[in-house]
Amino acid sequence: MNRVAIIGMGYSGFYAPSPDLSFREMIFKAAQKAYEDAGNINPRRDVDAFISCQEDFWEGIAIANEFMPEQLGGVLKPGFTVSGDSLQCFLNAYAMIRTGQFSVIVIESHGKPSEINTLDSIVMFSYDPLYIRPIDPKNIYFLNAIEARAFMEKEGISREVLGHYVINSLKRGLKNPRASYSRTKSLKSYLDEEFVVEPLSESDIAPLTDAAVVAVVASEEIAKKLTDTPIWIDSIWTTSGTSTVAYEDLSFDYAAREAGNKVFEASNIRNPRREIDALEIDERFSYIPLMVLKALNISSNIKEDIHSNIFEVDGEILLNPFGGALSEGNPLEAHGIARVLIAYEQLKGLKRIKGSKDPERILIHSRRWPFPRTTTIALLSR
Amino acid sequence: MGRSDANRYSNHFKEVIKLSSYLFGGTPLKEEDFKKLVREIMKPKARYSVSAGQAYSRFFEGLKQGKIYGTYCEECGMVYVPPKIYCPFCFKQLDKWIDVKDEGKVISAVVSYYSATLEKLEKPEIIGVIKLDVPGKHFTSYRFPGILHRLCNVSPEEVINQSIFDARVKARWKPPEERIGDINDIECFEVLRG
Amino acid sequence: MRFNIYVKNRVAVVGAGLTLFRRRLLETPQEMVWIASKKALEQANMDFRDIDCVISGSAPDTFDGVHMKGEYYSEGAGSYGKLHFRVFVGGGTGVFVPVAGWWMVASGLCKKALIVAEEKMSSAADPHPQAVFRHIWDPLIEKPLNPNLIWIFALEMHRYMHKCGVSKEDIALVAVKNKANALDNPIAQAAAKITVEDVLKSEPLVYPVNRLDISPVSDGAGALVMVSEDVARRYTDTPIWVEGVGFALDTTSWTNRELAFPVYVKTAAEMAYRMAGIENPMKQIDVAEPYDPFDYKELHHMEGLGLAPRCKAAELTKGGVTQRDGDLPINPSGGLLGVGNPIAAAGLMKVAEIFWQLRGEAGKRQVRKPVYTGLAQAWGDLMQIGTVIILRR
Repeated sequence: MNRVAIIGMGYSGFYAPSPDLSFREMIFKAAQKAYEDAGNINPRRDVDAFISCQEDFWEGIAIANEFMPEQLGGVLKPGFTVSGDSLQCFLNAYAMIRTGQFSVIVIESHGKPSEINTLDSIVMFSYDPLYIRPIDPKNIYFLNAIEARAFMEKEGISREVLGHYVINSLKRGLKNPRASYSRTKSLKSYLDEEFVVEPLSESDIAPLTDAAVVAVVASEEIAKKLTDTPIWIDSIWTTSGTSTVAYEDLSFDYAAREAGNKVFEASNIRNPRREIDALEIDERFSYIPLMVLKALNISSNIKEDIHSNIFEVDGEILLNPFGGALSEGNPLEAHGIARVLIAYEQLKGLKRIKGSKDPERILIHSRRWPFPRTTTIALLSR
Repeated sequence: MGRSDANRYSNHFKEVIKLSSYLFGGTPLKEEDFKKLVREIMKPKARYSVSAGQAYSRFFEGLKQGKIYGTYCEECGMVYVPPKIYCPFCFKQLDKWIDVKDEGKVISAVVSYYSATLEKLEKPEIIGVIKLDVPGKHFTSYRFPGILHRLCNVSPEEVINQSIFDARVKARWKPPEERIGDINDIECFEVLRG
Repeated sequence: MRFNIYVKNRVAVVGAGLTLFRRRLLETPQEMVWIASKKALEQANMDFRDIDCVISGSAPDTFDGVHMKGEYYSEGAGSYGKLHFRVFVGGGTGVFVPVAGWWMVASGLCKKALIVAEEKMSSAADPHPQAVFRHIWDPLIEKPLNPNLIWIFALEMHRYMHKCGVSKEDIALVAVKNKANALDNPIAQAAAKITVEDVLKSEPLVYPVNRLDISPVSDGAGALVMVSEDVARRYTDTPIWVEGVGFALDTTSWTNRELAFPVYVKTAAEMAYRMAGIENPMKQIDVAEPYDPFDYKELHHMEGLGLAPRCKAAELTKGGVTQRDGDLPINPSGGLLGVGNPIAAAGLMKVAEIFWQLRGEAGKRQVRKPVYTGLAQAWGDLMQIGTVIILRR
């Protein structure tokens, strides 16, 4: 069976509102950079298919797929849209290449939350119309707050542990030029914050950002011709959440467990903590990485591990070593590919941490935002 | 909903709902039943501020001045109206602008009797696709600079008997002080008669 | 001639199911998906437990009234805790979902996949589901003109009529045929015995489009079960193989090209024909279900697919070639015009119809000639995308 590799990536944005560039122009710029990185490929000649990950209501266009191909060079070529997080695009590309019918695929995802004036209303629109919307909550993040509380009570995690994670992650983001929201913050200032919706305060929720990211994925044969350092996608899986939240045990991240198991099985991983070097986990809400660590069995005692800095730079396994969404911002469905971007840079040696060995295997995780809990997990290596 | 309400509700619809909908593949509803059963849950507010970007901004500036601007690709020779900053066929950045004439010919035309929200119009509207002339350049009918717009001084009969096809048309602009940099700065395209 | 010999895991369709297509159904999206999935699984002698992946498709979220609706309706297919994603290519979704299902199974990632498509247009009730289409236009260049969706179809239809010398009478024959075909389809919404005159006399909406030229707004869902080769023969002795898939996406600039011929359908078809080893589609395709939201579209797409010479599709229709007892039956199910148009589910309905036709299970709709190779095609977005799938017994 064909192996699948990422051979080029490019991005545009990751700073606060970018009104001078329309989303199409942002994608074009990101695509140009990605094609150059992939060995100067010409999309009109060298690419077999184009995949975009976007949701209509984030775009404000019914059938956002329409506007996809032009700025990628995909006109009159096979192209389609997946309505989900950008990691699901990687899943499709992975499957397509493994059939042997496609060799080079371009993936695109972008988020332009600055153009959305009524974000609250649109998030409410994603909730179940019969059982959740009528609750008419004052804060749209109430489901996440319930999830956080359920998890924290079950595992005995206090805000102090959460805060420890947040301030460390923000600090790590200072090394990341794309992290416009990274900063140094004291635990006291975190604990003093007012609740946005208990138990979450402002620093627990990642701010929004505009970004467009493009990736070029290829079969082993083509990858080896175009680059010396292909970044392999070893395995990838997605597990669906549900809109009917009442069915779920919110204290446990079932989707992460399922997806993780499938990925570990496919890559023969028995002890993820030892066999994986770094994790890029969705931290658009600060409690999520802690839940995922538990669900993936990477940490059996969260409180202890967070306090003993096992996930820090010189620790056993790195967790969001360059900061995650809390520092970079939340680009809606482009979050997954943003995590892939930073992992790609680490695996290629473009982003290194002094005193830490270069990672060889990175696990990527992304959910949907803010709900349902559909999770996609991928394992990249070099 | 109190218990009595729930009973009344379900009693009414026992007649409507034939159980084992699975066997029949679904339960169709008449419009009156639908209106009784279904109530509005939510009217979502979905408002977006879409940035025009560099290309469209210049295009709208041009409309304000009474001109139609397009971009063109040196490699394949295509002219894009509305303008693009990259050629989708050559995948090249386009930075050459060109003055496109506000004249052209009708590629297709139709007579609309209904509005966008399906309300009957008082006076039918004539809409067409117009292939615009570009001085010094020639395009086939396969790929060309063309826009969608209203056609004025055309009667429905001319559309129905297809005499409108290939007719030469010219833009009728709004007076300069009324132009705001919008596609409606052109009131419509009128057929050049005589 | 096989284009690529490395497709190791061949993929077969072993079951199909559809709900009724009606203007308004009581069921919620999840319930509709469940009904269709259950029917498909029953035909395949399988249960929800056997499925490892669910691939779904649905057109604009605006209809159902739920953003991120992938997880919402697919619950009815048992997607919770399983692999699931939603693809969305406008009107082309119905035929594209099995294409995506094909590569999920052919790649070895999935063994038994449930493919579902659902549409609940009645939820967008106020003022009318058509109003949702206000938002597919380019927001800056087209929307300010207050366009009515039917404009584009009318412009395309009129251009086709002018360039190919086809009259409204010729085109109306398609509506007559499809609505008559649908009389034998148990799920059909708009089956009727009508005449060309009925079509021409029906209310003009945007000349040249009259009310009876258009397929109705519908609720509906469809499902297929697709499994890999090693598993297929456990569940049936007539698996229907997926032989070719094709899709192509053109620009949104529909005002910049020749409307009389759908180039993107041709491109998509070429990809599928190459994969399936088909060199002469007019001879080698036995039965076809091209997308027919409007009657002229059937002719338009027939030519795009290479099933009729340019501008000659109307002659084939007039000559009865496309009837169920003709040499190239087209839309034996009754198409969208006769059965209904719940966008994504309508495309899937066509694939299901080809599946049943190839197995000889189409009952009264079964075409007269023996059939081995069938094609289903859908189209969508802003006149941009063609999606094609070729099945073979």
